[in-house]
Amino acid sequence: MKVAVQKEAFDVGFEIRSISQDKSIGAVASFVGQVRDVAMTLEHYPGMTEKALTAIVEEAKSRWNVIDCTVIHRYGELQPTDPIVLVVVASAHRGDAFAACEFLMDYLKTRAPFWKKEQTAAGERWVEAKSSDDRAAERWKS
Amino acid sequence: MKVKILYFASVREKVGRDAEEIELPAGIATVAALRTHLRTRGGTYENAFAEKALLRAAVNQDMVEPAASLKAGDEVAFFPPVTGG
Repeated sequence: MKVAVQKEAFDVGFEIRSISQDKSIGAVASFVGQVRDVAMTLEHYPGMTEKALTAIVEEAKSRWNVIDCTVIHRYGELQPTDPIVLVVVASAHRGDAFAACEFLMDYLKTRAPFWKKEQTAAGERWVEAKSSDDRAAERWKS
Repeated sequence: MKVKILYFASVREKVGRDAEEIELPAGIATVAALRTHLRTRGGTYENAFAEKALLRAAVNQDMVEPAASLKAGDEVAFFPPVTGG
């Protein structure tokens, strides 16, 4: 399991190849989130961020067959098309890998302490939390 | 009792600082009470902690509800709803 919060870009291929070579792994699902349209600065809460991401990974492991998992989230200044977040989940079968990957993204969007500030033509503005993200996280409660 | 308070994102900008240590007045024992106390300091705090401001809080780096209790030495953080991912 790997959880990292960093300024630097990540190498998706390297991270997928670095997933455990456990012979019980039959599926590796990954998701990359990237910056759309405008440059932004991502602020986070050092210490709590790592703690929150680790707790979300533990929750995913308790719900699905997760043999290995990597979560990397960047902070600092990012440009359009820059990757922001990477989630890789390795499971025995694809159902668990896809579900755990989507769950990790939905939960980190509502529970990990990151804040985006966009640099628009009209000036800087803090991105507001979306209720659609809350609903996406809520559906895993049932 | 003393607690350390951290401010993030728009709350940090409105307050004008990122951290401070304060001595809690008697009777301030929950996150909600601390929020109200901060608002009554006036000035930049009145705006940052306005009743209509949508805020979240963490105590010792765990997200908590407003009713969460406080104890000496706690690290309390106030911030807007998160927007990572």
